[in-house]
Amino acid sequence: MTTTDAPSSATQAVPDNPPRLGAAGADALSVAGIHHAYGTRRALTDVSFTVAPSSFTALLGLNGAGKSTLFALITRLFGIQTGSIRIFGHDIGRAPGEALRLLGVVFQPRTLDLDLSVMQNLLYHAALHGIARREARLRGDEVLTRIGLADRAGSKVRDLSGGQMRRLEIARALLHRPRLLLLDEATVGLDVKARADILAHVRQLVTEQGIGVLWATHLFDEIVPGDDLVVLHQGRVLARGKGSIVIKEAGGHDINSAFMRLTGAATQPGNLVQ
Amino acid sequence: MTSTTVSPARSGFSLSEYTTCLTGIVWREALRFLHQRERFVSALVRPLVWLFIFAVGFRQVLGISIIPPYETYILYEVYIAPGLMAMIQLFNGMQSSLSMVYDREMGNMRTLLVSPLPRGYLLFCKLLAGTAVSVLQVYVFLLIAWFWDITPPSIGYLTVLPALILSGLMLGALGMLISSGIKQLENFAGVMNFVIFPMFFASSALYPLWRVQEGSPLLYYVCQANPFTHAVELIRFALYGQVNWISLAVVGGCTVVFMVGAILAYDPSRGLARRGPAGGET
Repeated sequence: MTTTDAPSSATQAVPDNPPRLGAAGADALSVAGIHHAYGTRRALTDVSFTVAPSSFTALLGLNGAGKSTLFALITRLFGIQTGSIRIFGHDIGRAPGEALRLLGVVFQPRTLDLDLSVMQNLLYHAALHGIARREARLRGDEVLTRIGLADRAGSKVRDLSGGQMRRLEIARALLHRPRLLLLDEATVGLDVKARADILAHVRQLVTEQGIGVLWATHLFDEIVPGDDLVVLHQGRVLARGKGSIVIKEAGGHDINSAFMRLTGAATQPGNLVQ
Repeated sequence: MTSTTVSPARSGFSLSEYTTCLTGIVWREALRFLHQRERFVSALVRPLVWLFIFAVGFRQVLGISIIPPYETYILYEVYIAPGLMAMIQLFNGMQSSLSMVYDREMGNMRTLLVSPLPRGYLLFCKLLAGTAVSVLQVYVFLLIAWFWDITPPSIGYLTVLPALILSGLMLGALGMLISSGIKQLENFAGVMNFVIFPMFFASSALYPLWRVQEGSPLLYYVCQANPFTHAVELIRFALYGQVNWISLAVVGGCTVVFMVGAILAYDPSRGLARRGPAGGET
């Protein structure tokens, strides 16, 4: 991975062919040359990066940077206008079924059905992936035990706390055993402990289950220098690579200061949380 | 950084995966319906008000001549019963569209749309689930209407089922197509004004078309072109063990057109892509 070398420029171009993460096998996620616009408003410009299997990659950007648009493209909610997105080598536009099988997603807004029970939400998700009911129930019990909600299987989702709902969404996203997990601002609105718990849980999935994770956030304290990092600003990738290298090449002393230098200024300090 | 070799995903889906998906979506829709009892009650109150109040009032005003499929003079209540059955399905179809807009705004729709199964199939399953709910509502209405002397031949309760399924699919597909164009939940009131009321009143649900023709030839042609008229007639004939072939062709054709339109509208490269992310997202 590489970083752009001019921290002061927010419009820095990124090489067309970013190196792959991981030498063996296909990248968990490969985003290449993505441009996207809503009418005349440009949302993403030449976005390219990769996520390796069994890695934690943070996608860092302010509100409005284009993270959710990018997620909508990766999950095929939006059609790709220019560029390509591959999940373990499967093109999301040409082979969406194969690509989406390998993908688990936690969206920024809550997508649970509040009127259904915890287990019913899991069974519904399993059905959407063609998993037979008996198998789905077994997997449901398994994931609920893992996230500490086994005793809440019959509870209505609306009775859960915000942190429990997020954990349930992560568990649901893993029910069909994906190899790549996308999380879009998964900790927004949660208290400090719930945030820490969820982040630790996701990092554990990387180390213990070998899942590739793309973690979109605007919170610097969720990223450590050892993480892979993609900095997205105003629809462009400003830097990508190991967090420690991005910090060094940007001339910062931590993620926060590196981000400030990369984006040119702390133009929207209200959006930054450390 | 580490890497692992991942076995490639299987291509295609088995029949059991398709079936599991279908049953899962129908099951969820049924659960939601059971949890929303007020929706069930309100869906029944509307046609029953028409039957118990409107029809009684108009019985003396509107005489019905002998027209197919009826073989004798009938009460006005008997005439409008198929129209009210179709009305239940019309409102249910629009309710489904409202529910889809709500799901889209709340994010639930994404759960469906990121399933690896073909999107057209997912939407069809959703449509079928909504139709199943509407058919159930119609049979409850028929049960209540039976105590009000709306007593079609016994075989009619069976022969009307395919007609109800087809008309339910058509109206549900129309609702789905409309939902793809509604950007916000607040815009749904427009659907009431511009879709439901014109469709219902410019149809044969409340009065036979020959009477409309006497009053306004133009309106008669509008009614003839209204797919809802054909849904009503399809149900009316089926309730008496007969088939109205023209209505069958129109309803079948419209179902296909509306469904294809909805699938195209929900295609990522056409429909949703024109809009930005939901509010609050970046």
